[in-house]
Amino acid sequence: MLDQYVGVILSFLLAAIIVAVMVSGSMLLGPRKRSPVKDQVFECGNAPSGPARGRFSVHFYLVAILFIVFDVEVVFLYPWAIVFRSLGVPGLVEMLLFIGVLAVGLAYVWKKGALAWN
Amino acid sequence: MWGEVGIAAAKSLAVLVMVLNLCVVLLWVERKGSALIQDRIGANRANVFGGILPFNLGIVNTMIADPIKMFTKEDVVPAGADRLLHFLGPFLAVFPVMVTFAAVPFGDVLLIGGREIDLQVAALDVGLLYVLAMASLAVYGVVLGGWSSNSRWALLGGIRGSAQMISYEIAMGLALIGAVMTYGTLDLQVIARAQGEYLWGVVPAWGILYQPLAFFIFLVAGIAETKRVPFDLPEGESELTSGYFTEYSGSKQATFMLGDFAEIILVSALATTLFFGAWQVPFLARDGWYFPGGTHLAMPQLAVAALQVASFIVKVLLLCCFQILVRWSLPRYRYDQLMNLGWKRLLPLSLANVVVTGAVIVLAG
Repeated sequence: MLDQYVGVILSFLLAAIIVAVMVSGSMLLGPRKRSPVKDQVFECGNAPSGPARGRFSVHFYLVAILFIVFDVEVVFLYPWAIVFRSLGVPGLVEMLLFIGVLAVGLAYVWKKGALAWN
Repeated sequence: MWGEVGIAAAKSLAVLVMVLNLCVVLLWVERKGSALIQDRIGANRANVFGGILPFNLGIVNTMIADPIKMFTKEDVVPAGADRLLHFLGPFLAVFPVMVTFAAVPFGDVLLIGGREIDLQVAALDVGLLYVLAMASLAVYGVVLGGWSSNSRWALLGGIRGSAQMISYEIAMGLALIGAVMTYGTLDLQVIARAQGEYLWGVVPAWGILYQPLAFFIFLVAGIAETKRVPFDLPEGESELTSGYFTEYSGSKQATFMLGDFAEIILVSALATTLFFGAWQVPFLARDGWYFPGGTHLAMPQLAVAALQVASFIVKVLLLCCFQILVRWSLPRYRYDQLMNLGWKRLLPLSLANVVVTGAVIVLAG
């Protein structure tokens, strides 16, 4: 069963080597002439005004939280999608209830304005 | 044992080289195609070291000169950046996409010396799950690239990009459930073989006939995952300089670009596998052609395998070209439009698709 994953492991190794060489290509081949001005981060030509890692809109956190909720529900749907033929009508009804709850959740966050961007 | 490992290594190397080559071809298609669309000539000349060669390399320029130029540029890491994460950003933007191709079947089987070689790097029975798991890791490249640079533009781009990618991942996952329900398996090779059937004996039973809506949602969400126009807000060069890779130069920047193209190819390869008959050529079976009406035309197995691989690549390239066409034809969305499309349109649509597919399959037997 695990020998299915031989190809995956080999792909991991090869891809890691190829991508690492590609990312470090300029470090190895490129010139190296550093200067304080060149090292500045780009802020449209002005001197950078302090560190960049500040606060950002709470909306992005909200998207992340909603993502976890809905993505976990999507993951639950996958096993059912494979076996639902053999489960027949009872399986379908149960999953309709589950998807119904999911849809109600979506309607709730929609009405609450969590999906609104202004 | 070691023979099997050697074959697997050869296959994974072949697939990676194929993907890299397709990326370079797409780079050319994009530069020349965009020139065609915008009615200009586009990149048409290149020479080495400012003109040593007596002839113009012409078309070769984008395929050879661009990567060479990128690799010989200086690698600038801005002050205050996290050097390790700055390296990991482009690495993680491409690596997961590259390894994803291991689960995608690019042909049926190849018979050599009585040995049956499955034309798929890893015949995973959870292939589609593996694809989704790996492809979603690419979001780390965007986040790390944006966060590590210590630049405001990069941070904004990284945050936008991550929010966008995870939003469309849900719609994408739900759309693929429709396809999984149709075939009852996650094994991509089994899905590919199932599409060798025919409706009424003549029409190839490709997935798009059963799941047109799923294909549409998957394609839109897929283009959004590649973060290209009309969904290029993370990059948004007119507002964010170039978003999460603002502070990248040289081959690191090239790696991000390569990641873009690799994602395009991945979306096309998945769409081909699930909705366009994978490597199937209509009426071509393992031992030759079976035309409707009973005509049989035998063909050597090697030629059949070559034709099937070629058919897969052609389908993938057509879908890639379609995505490039979309990129150069449409204007960019606003952020609220982008989020509305993902959460308020595609998500309910894909849920409805799952419900309708389930009801039709169970009730129709």
